[in-house]
Amino acid sequence: MTAIQELPRDQQTMERIVEQMLDEARKSGAESAEAAASNDLGLSVNVRLGEVETLEHHKDQGVAITVYFGRRKGTASTSDLRPEALREAVQAACRIARYTAEDPYAGLADPALMARDWPDLDLDHPWDLSVEQAIELAQCCEAAARNHDARIINSEGASANTVRGLVVYGNTHGFLGAYTTTRHSLSCSVVAADDKGMQRDYWYTVSRDPAGLQAPDAVGLEAARRAVRRLGGRRLSTRQCAALYVPEMARSLIGHFVGAVRGGALYRKASFLVDALEQDIFPSFVRIHEQPHLKGALGSLPFDSEGVATTPRDVVSGGVLKGYVLDSYSARRLGMTTTGNAGGVHNLTIEPGDLDLDGLLRSMGSGLLVTELIGHGINLVTGDYSRGAAGFWVENGEIAWPVEEITVAGNLRDLFKGIRAVGSDVNTDSNIRTGSLLLERVTVAGE
Amino acid sequence: MSDILQVAKQQFMEPAGLSEGDLDRALGGLMGPGIDAGDLYFQLTRHESWSLEDGIVKDGSYNIEQGVGVRAISGDKTGFAYSDDIRMPTLLEASAAARAIARQNTTGAVAVRRHQIGHQLYAPLDPLATLDERAKIDLLHRVDAEARRQDPRVSQVMVSLNGVHEVIMVANTDGTLAADVRPLVRLGVNVIVEGKDRRREQAQGGGGGRVGYGYFLDEDRALEYARDAVRQALVNLEAVDAPAGTLTVVLGPGWPGVLLHEAVGHGLEGDFNRKGTSAFSGRIGQKVAAEGVTVVDDGTLADRRGSLNVDDEGTPTQCTTLIENGVLRCFMQDRLNARLMGVPATGNGRRESYAHLPMPRMTNTYMLAGEHDPGEILESVERGLYAVNFGGGQVDITSGKFVFSASEAYLIENGRVTRPVKGATLIGNGPEVLNRVSMVGNDLKLDNGVGTCGKEGQSVPVGVGQPTLRVDGLTVGGTST
Repeated sequence: MTAIQELPRDQQTMERIVEQMLDEARKSGAESAEAAASNDLGLSVNVRLGEVETLEHHKDQGVAITVYFGRRKGTASTSDLRPEALREAVQAACRIARYTAEDPYAGLADPALMARDWPDLDLDHPWDLSVEQAIELAQCCEAAARNHDARIINSEGASANTVRGLVVYGNTHGFLGAYTTTRHSLSCSVVAADDKGMQRDYWYTVSRDPAGLQAPDAVGLEAARRAVRRLGGRRLSTRQCAALYVPEMARSLIGHFVGAVRGGALYRKASFLVDALEQDIFPSFVRIHEQPHLKGALGSLPFDSEGVATTPRDVVSGGVLKGYVLDSYSARRLGMTTTGNAGGVHNLTIEPGDLDLDGLLRSMGSGLLVTELIGHGINLVTGDYSRGAAGFWVENGEIAWPVEEITVAGNLRDLFKGIRAVGSDVNTDSNIRTGSLLLERVTVAGE
Repeated sequence: MSDILQVAKQQFMEPAGLSEGDLDRALGGLMGPGIDAGDLYFQLTRHESWSLEDGIVKDGSYNIEQGVGVRAISGDKTGFAYSDDIRMPTLLEASAAARAIARQNTTGAVAVRRHQIGHQLYAPLDPLATLDERAKIDLLHRVDAEARRQDPRVSQVMVSLNGVHEVIMVANTDGTLAADVRPLVRLGVNVIVEGKDRRREQAQGGGGGRVGYGYFLDEDRALEYARDAVRQALVNLEAVDAPAGTLTVVLGPGWPGVLLHEAVGHGLEGDFNRKGTSAFSGRIGQKVAAEGVTVVDDGTLADRRGSLNVDDEGTPTQCTTLIENGVLRCFMQDRLNARLMGVPATGNGRRESYAHLPMPRMTNTYMLAGEHDPGEILESVERGLYAVNFGGGQVDITSGKFVFSASEAYLIENGRVTRPVKGATLIGNGPEVLNRVSMVGNDLKLDNGVGTCGKEGQSVPVGVGQPTLRVDGLTVGGTST
């Protein structure tokens, strides 16, 4: 196998599989049903110390079916796409629906909300990448990292990945939609050392279009730069101070916001933002909006995982919470309408401000620049937040020295309210697009 | 064991029309000049899940996956391909793709003749069939009722029941053939309570193992999970802000052993140490923990979530002493890293599925008991934190920095456990933290069987455990300064 071009099964074949499953469900007595099928092909190469370490050929496929008998629901999935396996999956879903309870809120999304026609979102850019070329890219990436600085003493390797996938979704409203997407990435992780110990860091680039990737040597160089600058890390004394989260970390804070305004958390009252609609959650300069139809973006999709048309909208405007993140089930529970977010948000964008990272550092004066977070200390019911962190102490607007083995803590409500600026340094590598975030105050625990 | 092998052969070989000779041919297609080893990993998993909320069982799902992963190893290079189709043409195609790592076109000859016998740590049963559907639904309702019965402040109860029936078979180019049938069940309870001024809190309970669903009915275990979740949530409703700073921390027995998993476990996995990227690299024979601290990784405990009769490379699991009385003794190895480091494999080669490559992973990791009474340990602390329940953790194996997040903790004041404090993340340095263990309790306990470990995107079930421990100086990430 060389290039990731032709998927094992084409769109027509996969559409037929979905239709057959829906037919089988109807024949088995289901009033309504929905099915999704996917089919991926990928290549992944990891190179370490100049030599190939792993070469993986990926080929994944699967189907899932959900049936409704009245308001009783059953789900089944399989990786086996042969006709008898598909029939068995439908039967398994129907059998489960005999035992689940009537749930007045269960069912497909409203037929009126189904996507009808959608623009080409420019998400499919297959990469004619041979194994040899993939190896060469990864080698070039790692070499740039290893040659950058004598303190780079080891490597966890560099990798080149490409994957192309087709998703088909259909339901008994008559909706049948499909999209093909590609995702390519290069990444590199190296180890720097001095007499005090080792530090590892990484960098990566990801894009739907190979032309959108950063150059391999730039990725390697950034990984090396990041590892070296962590050397000599010290702890901080316990204190309260301002914090500046770089975009890759700021993204996780916005992720916690999304978690707290998700329908599932709201109807269970498992969120600190229950009933927060129309409240000031952020300072008035903050706008957060969804852009599902951005051409070529990693979070763009024409319809959500219930077939509902995705639409651009404001989630936060003037700092005020304007909308939740709902699928049809949680929307019915809340007496609202789905926001087309079954499966997640689509290019949720924090409107960038004017200052770049240097500008934000100057604006902060002194405080903590957070470049890494570890652990899961987030309680979305209360908003209590406490995570391990590493980064840099900043004095007079300039990076003074690296910091490690500390925690940052606060309550998310206060952290959101305490955002002082959004950077212009937007990172577009994910479903959440944000620049750096300057926070007025966090509690740092250290020595 | 030969029964288990028969089950596996019936599952994988008969329907696909494969003979042992075909396995030889596929492995032969994998071998050749430049290839040191290779394997075919056949796997079937059937998974079901039932979930209850608002007092009704709303969701049920069933998933079935089957496939084969084909791996060829040349030195430290690995070629890998997989397919959900396990018939001969696909096997040969995958073998050729995997072998391309050695850039040689000649193939070798292999004869699968030796059946690797594994342990018999758990019954080779299909847990999905151990209760009928009505009884599964009834179990969920009873857990819900038990949780709600505890206290009127319980506002939401979510209960989930999961069962996995997994059959694996590994044919290795060294001529061995091994198989395992692995049941795995888990029951989880999540409760939300609402107190004064609409303050809300949550807590989780649960457990499981390599058993049938009857385990949850025995000794009313499932009901105990519900009671414990409610108790924890109500404690948290009264919790004050956690302290921020470096304190003496007493860790309770059982699940707080996640400390060991993060602080030392990952850093002692063979791959990181072969590559020299772990903070523990090159430290075998050195003192990495206080005297009296002995940590093992034991894949041979009966019915435990982290146990395996054979690992995913067909090596029987074992009890490996990682740290003995404070001294680093051994790393955890899969076959690739063991061979490259010139040491024996330790039965720690694990993979999430046939579509993933194996690597060294933990099984059940725990610290042996010491001699102190837990009460005596608490009484010895003038001011500190007593942490008894945890969420997850994470580690940077190169710098050694690790975190784990307390979900139930109390202040210790003058040797007495006083007020509950809110959840907080604890951070430390792996190679240092066990040197600060000043007292080890006599109350070794293993966790209830809920742990899942993630590494390089692959999840596997694991266990942890420890006795009550006093650690002199861990950084507590609260907000109260």
